[in-house]
Formats: sequence, C-alpha cells, structure tokens
Amino acid sequence: MTPTLTQPAAPAPRATAVDVDAAELVRVRDLSRVFDVSKPWLNRMIEREPRKLLKAVSDVSFSINKRETLALVGESGSGKSTVAKMVVGLLRPTSGQVRIDGLDMWAGGDLTALRRRIQMIFQDPYASLNPRWRVDAIIADPIVAFGISTDRAEIEHRVGELLRLVGLDPLDGRKYPHEFSGGQRQRICIARALSSNPEFLVCDEPTSALDVSVQAQILNFMRDLQDQLGLTYLFISHNLAVVRHMANRIGVMYLGRVVELAPTQDIFRQPQHPYTRMLLDAVPDLAMSGRPRKMVEGEIPNPIDPPTGCTFHPRCPLAFDRCKREVPIALKTGFDRSVACHAVEEARG
Amino acid sequence: MSTPVLSVRNLRVEFPTRRGTLVAVDDVSFDIAPGEVLGVVGESGAGKSMTGTAVIGLLEPPGHIAGGQVWLQGERIDTLPPEKMRRVRGKRIGMVFQDPLTSLNPLYRVGEQLIETIRTHTDASPAEARKRSIGLLEAAGIQGAARRIDSYPHEFSGGMRQRVVIALALAAEPDLIIADEPTTALDVSIQAQIIQLLKTLCRERGAAIMLITHDMGVIAETADRVAVMYAGRIAEIGPVRDVVQRPQHPYTKGLMGSIPTLEMDGGRLLQIPGSMPRLTAIPNGCAFHPRCDFVFDRCRTERPNPMPSGASAVACWLADPKNGSPRVDREATAAQAKSPT
Repeated sequence: MTPTLTQPAAPAPRATAVDVDAAELVRVRDLSRVFDVSKPWLNRMIEREPRKLLKAVSDVSFSINKRETLALVGESGSGKSTVAKMVVGLLRPTSGQVRIDGLDMWAGGDLTALRRRIQMIFQDPYASLNPRWRVDAIIADPIVAFGISTDRAEIEHRVGELLRLVGLDPLDGRKYPHEFSGGQRQRICIARALSSNPEFLVCDEPTSALDVSVQAQILNFMRDLQDQLGLTYLFISHNLAVVRHMANRIGVMYLGRVVELAPTQDIFRQPQHPYTRMLLDAVPDLAMSGRPRKMVEGEIPNPIDPPTGCTFHPRCPLAFDRCKREVPIALKTGFDRSVACHAVEEARG
Repeated sequence: MSTPVLSVRNLRVEFPTRRGTLVAVDDVSFDIAPGEVLGVVGESGAGKSMTGTAVIGLLEPPGHIAGGQVWLQGERIDTLPPEKMRRVRGKRIGMVFQDPLTSLNPLYRVGEQLIETIRTHTDASPAEARKRSIGLLEAAGIQGAARRIDSYPHEFSGGMRQRVVIALALAAEPDLIIADEPTTALDVSIQAQIIQLLKTLCRERGAAIMLITHDMGVIAETADRVAVMYAGRIAEIGPVRDVVQRPQHPYTKGLMGSIPTLEMDGGRLLQIPGSMPRLTAIPNGCAFHPRCDFVFDRCRTERPNPMPSGASAVACWLADPKNGSPRVDREATAAQAKSPT
C-alpha cells in the first residue's frame, strides 16, 4: 500500500492526531526523559569515563480525547512505562509538556484538584497492594489522601459501593490482599483507582501478570467501566492482540519514540511503519489461518548506545543511507494517523 | 507406531503438608512420539510445570511421585536411583527453562559450560568438544560463535542467552527436550525467533519436544499435539488443529474464546466465570464443574477420565457415548438442568 502524504517533500508539517469533534483531555507535547546511568563520580574520575545518559523517551507527542482509549505498544525498553509515569505525574520529564484538561502537569502550582482526576493501575497486583493493610483501607486511601471525605460512615459506604462495582462483596473489605486471587487483586486495584472519582486512568500492563481467562474478565470489565463511567484510558501493553481489543487509537513505540500513531483499525488493516509490520508478523497465528509471516530479525539495541538516525534502521528491511543519518520525524499520512519513517515518506514501503 | 520417546502413565504428584496432602498432578497419561512436539498448556496452578519436573525427576521435596510410571524409550525412569537419573538428564533429556540467566552459571564462560556438558555425556576430547560447541552455537544462530564462545552469560542479551541454553540442551544429542516456558521472558519479536529455532533444531536432530507454556499462540505455532491441563489433570488432549479450532472440553472452549486475537474485531471476549480452584479445594467430581455452563448431576459426583472423541481424548462427561443421547441433546439438557439454580 502506498501511503498518502499531504506533503511528500520536506519541510513537512508535524503530525497532530486530533479529532476536531471530540473534547481533548490529555495533550502530550515533545515529551522527553533522560536518565543518568553513569557510575559514581569517584569511579568516573578513576576510570576516566564520561557520564552515561540513557534517553528513555524522546519527543513523544500525542493527545487523548475524552472517553477514548489510547494504547502505547512496544517491546521492553521502548519507553512506554516511562511515558505513563510522566503522564500520571510520578516522574518529572526532562523536557516537554503534559497538559491535562488544559492544566500543565509539571509547571508547578497547586495540582491537588487535578491529581485526583488521574489514577493509575499497575502491572503486578501482587506488588501494588500493601499486604499489611485491609482491603477497605487500601480502597479508602485515595479518599483520605485527597481529603475528599472525612466522615467514616460515608467512606465506608463508598468503599462498599466500589467493591460491589468491581464485582466483589462489600464484606471482602475486611480481608487482606493475600486472601484474593490475582484477578480479584487487580479488581481491588481498580476499585482503589476509582475511589477518587477520576476521569483519566493510566493502565500500565494491567493484565500481563494474569492468566488468559482472568485477563478476559478484567479486559471486559475495564471496557464496561469505561462505558458506564465515561473514563479515558491510556493503556500500556506489549500485547498487540490485547491492545486491538481495548484501544481506539494506538501509538507504537520503539526505543523511546512513537514510530506510528493511528486509529486501531488502520494499524491492523494497513500498518505503515516497518516496525509495526514486524510486530504484527511476530504475533503467533492462533487462528492457524496460514497468515503469511516474515521472520523478524535482530534484537532491540541497547538504549544507552542507540543506532544513529532512525533507531530501527539495523533491523529494517527498507533501510537506506538516509535512515542511518537522519532521525525521521512524524509525518501525517492520513486522517488522524502519522508515521515516522523515511521509507514511508518516500513511498518505498 | 514406533515406541514413544516418552510415555507417562497415570502420573500422580503429591505434596504432603501440615493440612493434608495436596495433589498437584492427578492421573496424567500421555505419549510423545519420536520427533513430535507435544504442547502442554494451562493456566497457573494447572500442574503443567509440575508434570515436566516430575518427568525429569527434579521435584522439590516434599513433593514426590505418588503413583504412575514414566517410561523413556521403553525404559522406566521414575524408579531410577538419583545417580542413574542424573545420567539420563542432560544426556537423554535436555531441558530449557524460562529464565536463561538461571540456567547458565554466571561464573563460567559459555564455552566451558558447553564443553563440560559434552564431555560429561560423551567421550569427546577437549578439542573435539570445543569444536562441537562452536558448531552448536552457530546452529543456534549466534553469530561469530568462535569468538563468542569465550564470553560470559552476562555478555549476551536475553534472546541470545536463550539460544545458548538451547545449544546447551542439545549438546549431548538428547532424544527429548523439555522446554518449560522457553519464551515467556522474551519480547514478542524475539519469541518467534526462539520458537522457530527450537523447532528446526529438534527436527534436524530428530528430538521430540515437550513444550510447556501458558501461551496458546506459541502452542498453535509449534506443537503437533496439545494437552490442556486444568487443576492437575488433562482436560483435553489431541492434534493441535482440533484442539485450537474445534475445542471440545468446555474449559478449552472458554480458554480459546478468552484469548484476544488479531483477527477478531473488538467484540467482547468470552469469559469463564470464577477462577481455577486452589489445590487445597479441588471440587468433587469434575474439577471444572463449578465454572461449567453444561454441568449436570454426574459432573458433580464422578470424575471423568479422558475418553476418546474424534482424534482427541476429552475428560468430560459430555463426550461419554454411554450417556446415551447425542452430544447436542446433552448440552441442551445440561443447560436446562442448570437453569433452575
């Protein structure tokens, strides 16, 4: 398929995937995060080594509309979790902006009102619940922390309501986390996330620690919740099939950059970036449909010492000289979709 | 048919605890033919890894084989003394585990570990063993094997390490490889490479594989036959195409429907209510009956054994011809029987 480009030659416009009709809730602009992974100062002096910097996220931009699910997919080291942490406010970006409902997350100022509208669900429901707290205290914690209510009866009532909402019994509140299975724990995590009445949930691999049958329960439940409460999700996953099931739009990340951003159907029907195509080819063919697949070559490079130019070029079947020199920028290639690839830009795909 | 490479008969693994005996593997029987790939699939706690560890005699005490037999090419191995069993492991059964870092000794160079394995099990000279090691690493897709053979495990990436582990498992030319979640710790793009590698290498050498995984996709791509395990028992075993595309056991049906795939367009995933029972509370009768949509009286009291149904064997009373009426009627009556409750 030949992608349609608005402007085939440079300078091309920066892509902005915005649906003009819907209200935008989250806007991320040129977000970057660098980690200092050098040895301690004394070692560096003795061994005469320079500082080592790891660029975990580079110039990531996207926006999420209200009631929409944007998914970020990528393999380990692609920076998807780092983006999630910066969006939710747990990690300060090195540069760039996170705006939620117009308010800048990292500009300073009082954000308590904003923070209670954002919550996070983590990957491992065994690690993200305090084993010494009873479930009702865990779920009530955001209510107490944000000072939403101080009335004990009211809090108790709300916790009971939340437990029922996630399919547990209000009496389960008196139990400890170890008395629950993985799927039930993830439901508790969701109840806790919902207790401050958030609009926006950042879910970092919420089902990858769960068995498939439990994963199906949680994924269905998260979709029901979204319809019921009008939630907006940023959904992080490495599993393309899960993402297909959950997301309206998908951003594919590779070594800290979003290489392709498009509506879910487009990504699956007509992937443009060579990396996206490779990822799709790598998904096992469960239907045994004999879907033609290309063997994926090579491994993800070390992010401390990434390749020059387009970081995907050593594994890319379409790589040429320009890819080794020049970092491709995201170009709009259709309605609401953008790709960062020289080969696509020059229509060699 | 020729003698199976591995033949497991009525295997039972028990764990005595203070609060009674837990049965982790219960009455499991299967065969693996030469060169065949048998996938063993199930959710956590289904007993799939336990079956693998029982076969190679590496159960952690107090776990022990409490019944049944394990035959390797016509020789019974579950009763072998530990010293003899040690000769079988590595030489006749190779192993690949989930985390390649724990299967490799971090203090020894990769080459030393390969050479040691080869020399333990064959009478190759050091020079020969080194040459064979380089050959193995090359076959496992490690570029510059002659140079990399003197590297330490930490100098390899995750995918490369798993390649080394596969080379190590094949070093003594075993007849059977037991691979326990060999790709779970790896990224999807690497996963496909490793599976392909394992499959080609074993096919070239005529080794059979027992592939233990929770990932149905991996099974669909790799296995010839699949055994689906639930609560320590085999729920369904049969040719991979039948089990994946026309599952018969209600659990397999639910399991297949709950997996999101690239082909489906956004609808709801099939859901099995509840979760796998803990080993301390396995229900009477069929262990799946509290979660089953087709449950009827017999399921609550009597435990079904795998019975032949088409090319597969299914441990479900619905598949029992003695139940009289044809299958479709049974399902209908089962649904009716369930509705009042």
